[in-house]
Amino acid sequence: MPTRKAADAHAVLRGVTRIYPGGTPVHALGPIDLDLAQGEFFSVVGPSGCGKSTLLDVLSGLSPPTEGSVSFEGKTVAGQVPEGIGVVFQEDASLPWLTVRDNVAFGLRHAGTDSAEVDRRVSYAIGFMGLQDFTGAYPSQLSGGMRQRVCIARTLVLQPRLILLDEPFGALDQQTRLLMGDELLRLWRETDATVLLITHALDEAALLSDRVGVMSARPGRFIDLVETSWARERDSRIVSDPAFGTVTGRLWAALRPESMKAIGRPQP
Amino acid sequence: MNHGRRILWTRVAFIAGLVGLLEALCRLHVIKPLTMIAPSQMVQELIALAWSGELAEPALQTFIEVGASFLFSVTVGGALGAVVHALPRVRRTLDPLLASWYAVPFFVFYPLLVALLGLNVLPLIAIGVVFATPAMMLSTLAGLDRVPRVMHKVARVHRLSQLQEVRLITLPSAAPHLFTGLKLSFAYSFIGIIAGEFILSGGGLGYGISYAYESFETPKMYALMLFVLLIALVANGVLHVWDRRLARRRGLA
Amino acid sequence: MSRLTFNRFADSLILVVAILAVWVGLHAYAGDSAISAPATTFAFAGRLLVQPSFWTHVAATMEAFALAFAISAAGGVALGLVLGVRRFAGDVAEPILGSLYTIPKVTLYPLMLLVFGLGMSAKVAFGVIHGVIPIMLFTIAAVRNIPPVLLRTARALRLAPVKTATSVLVPAAMPEVVTGLRVGFALTLLGVLIGEMFASQRGLGFLIINGINNHDVRMTTAVTLLVVIFAVAANSLLLAFDRRVHHG
Repeated sequence: MPTRKAADAHAVLRGVTRIYPGGTPVHALGPIDLDLAQGEFFSVVGPSGCGKSTLLDVLSGLSPPTEGSVSFEGKTVAGQVPEGIGVVFQEDASLPWLTVRDNVAFGLRHAGTDSAEVDRRVSYAIGFMGLQDFTGAYPSQLSGGMRQRVCIARTLVLQPRLILLDEPFGALDQQTRLLMGDELLRLWRETDATVLLITHALDEAALLSDRVGVMSARPGRFIDLVETSWARERDSRIVSDPAFGTVTGRLWAALRPESMKAIGRPQP
Repeated sequence: MNHGRRILWTRVAFIAGLVGLLEALCRLHVIKPLTMIAPSQMVQELIALAWSGELAEPALQTFIEVGASFLFSVTVGGALGAVVHALPRVRRTLDPLLASWYAVPFFVFYPLLVALLGLNVLPLIAIGVVFATPAMMLSTLAGLDRVPRVMHKVARVHRLSQLQEVRLITLPSAAPHLFTGLKLSFAYSFIGIIAGEFILSGGGLGYGISYAYESFETPKMYALMLFVLLIALVANGVLHVWDRRLARRRGLA
Repeated sequence: MSRLTFNRFADSLILVVAILAVWVGLHAYAGDSAISAPATTFAFAGRLLVQPSFWTHVAATMEAFALAFAISAAGGVALGLVLGVRRFAGDVAEPILGSLYTIPKVTLYPLMLLVFGLGMSAKVAFGVIHGVIPIMLFTIAAVRNIPPVLLRTARALRLAPVKTATSVLVPAAMPEVVTGLRVGFALTLLGVLIGEMFASQRGLGFLIINGINNHDVRMTTAVTLLVVIFAVAANSLLLAFDRRVHHG
C-alpha cells in the first residue's frame, strides 16, 4: 500500500464557474475552490438543482469550466476524461445488451489490455462487488442495486485513482443504501483511491466521508466544509455513534436555509 | 412459458377453426365456387402452379423487387435518419413532411413514376422505396432519440473514439428501434410493390392476381393470393422469432 | 417567442419551396406527358373547384370515406377495447392482427369485388379493411398501458363501474386511441381511393384513373394535388389534436 500524505492535493479546482449559455445564461456553479487530498473520501451535499452534477462533470473533464481551472495529479483537465478518473453515474448506465461479465469487461476490452489480464481483473471486480452468481445475467434481470454494482465494478476494473460518484444510490431503498455505502467504504480502503461522492442524503454523507462540502442553492458554492474525523476502518454502524448525530445536525443547519430557497420558500 | 404455449395453441386453433369454417362453407356451396374456392383447393392449385413452373417467374420478379427496395430503404433510410438526427434545424423543417408522409395516398403517384422511370421494374422498386424509406428513417430517429444521455458520458469516460462510440454504444443501444425499422421496411416494400404490380400491370405476383381475376381464372387467382399471404406470414414469423431472440439477448424474454 | 414563431414559419416556407422545386425539376425532366407544371396545375385545380360536376365526385368520395371511417372507428375501438380488457384474447389476437396489417390488401381487392359487387359497398369495404386494423392495434395498446394504479385509485374513491369507465378508463386511454384514429383516418382514405380507382365510376380515385386512361395529365396531377392537400391538411389537424390530448 503506497503511503498516503493527507496534504497531497490529488485534484484541484481553482475559481471554477460554469455558466450555461443561451437566451438567458444560467449561472449553474461557482466560483468553487477545492483541494481533494490524496486518498480522502469527500462528499458533496446541496439542495436539488444546486449544480452538484455540474461540479462532477467539470471535475471529470466531461464538460469544461466556463472560468477557472481543474487539475488532476498536477495536469490540467481539459477536453477529455483523463486516465485514472472513474465515474459512476446517477442514471442506470449498465449496457442492456451485454451480460454482467461483458459489462464489467467493457472498458478493458476496448483499451487493448491483454485477455489474461482482463479476465483476472474482471473476475476480481465481480467477486469484490458480490456479482459472481450473476455473471451471465443481463441488466434487465437484475434489481436497481445490482445494476449499480455492475456499474461500480465496471469502473473498478480500470483501477481509477480518483472515483467520482453522482448519487449512485439515489434510486435505492434506505437499507440497501446503507449496505452499498459499506461496500463503497470497503472499495475505498482496498483501492486507496480518492473518492468524491455527490449525494442528497445527509446521513450518507455524514457516515461515509472524511470531509463533507455543503453547497448553496444555485449557483452552487461551498458554504461549509465539515470534517468528520472517523477512523479509516468504519462502516454503517457509525449511525449509533453520537458524533454521527452531531455531524448530520451540523450539515442540516448549514443546508436548511439553502433548501428552503431551492423549493421557493426563502426564510423570513 | 406454459401460459405462452396456451396462447400459441389457442391462436393456432382459432385460425384452424376459421379455415375449417371457410372450407365447410365453400364445400356446402354456401359460398359460391365463382366467389371463392375452398382453402384445400387453393393449396392444390398453388402446388400445381408451383409444379408447372408457372409460379417461378412472377415470384422471382417480386422477390427481386422487394429485396432491392428493402435494401435501399434500410441503408438510405438509416443514413438519412442518422444525418437528420445530427441536424436539429433540418429535422424541425422536415418534421411536418414526415408526420404527413403516410397520410398521402401514394398510389396516385404510380403513373408519374412510370413516366419518369419507364415501364419496367424500376417504378415498382421506387414505390416500395418511397413507402419504406421514411419508416426506416423515423425508426432510426426514434432509436437515436432513445439512446440514454448517460450513454454518451459512458463513452467519454472510457475515452472511446467517435467511431467506437457508434459501434459499441449507439448502435446496440438503438438496436430494438432499428429492428422495428427493418420490419416496417420489409412490410411497406412488400405492400407497395405488390400493389404497384397490381395497379400498373407490371408483372410479378400482383399482376398475376389481377390478370387471373380479369380472365376469370378464379382458382389461379386464389392460389396466388394464398401465396402472397403465405409470404407475408412466413416473413412475419421469421422476423418475430428474430425479434424474440434479440429480446432474449437482453434478458427480456 | 416571436422569434421562434418566425423560425417555424421560415422552416415551413423552406419546405414548401423545396417541394415546389422538386416538382418543377420533375416537370422539366419528364415533360408535360408525365406531370403538369405547378402553375398549370394550380390553375386547373382552381377551375375544377368551381365546377359542380367535380363536386359530385368529391361528394361520392366523401360519402364512401365517411361511412368507411365511421365503421373502422366504431368497430376498431369497440373490438380493441374488448381485446385490450380481455388479456388472453388480446394475446391470441395481436400477432394475427399484426400479420393482417402487413398483407398487401390490394390483393384482396378481387375478393371484395366478388363479395360486394361494383360500387359503393366495395369502396367502403376496401376503406374499412385498410383502416380498422391499426385502430384496433392502437386501442388494445391504449387499454393495456393504463397504469394499474389509476384503477386502484378509482376503487379507493369507490367509483361505480360506469363512472370508472367514463372518468378514468376513457380519459386514460384517449391519447393513444386518438393516435390510432389518426393513422386509421389516413389508411381508410387510401383504401377508399384505391377502391374508387377500380370499382367505381365516380369519386376522386375514378377521376385519377380516368385521367391516366385518357392521357389527361392535367386532370390526374390536379386531382392528385387536391387529394394530397386534403390528406395533409386533415392529418395536420388531427396531429394537432393528437398532441393536445397527449400533453393536456
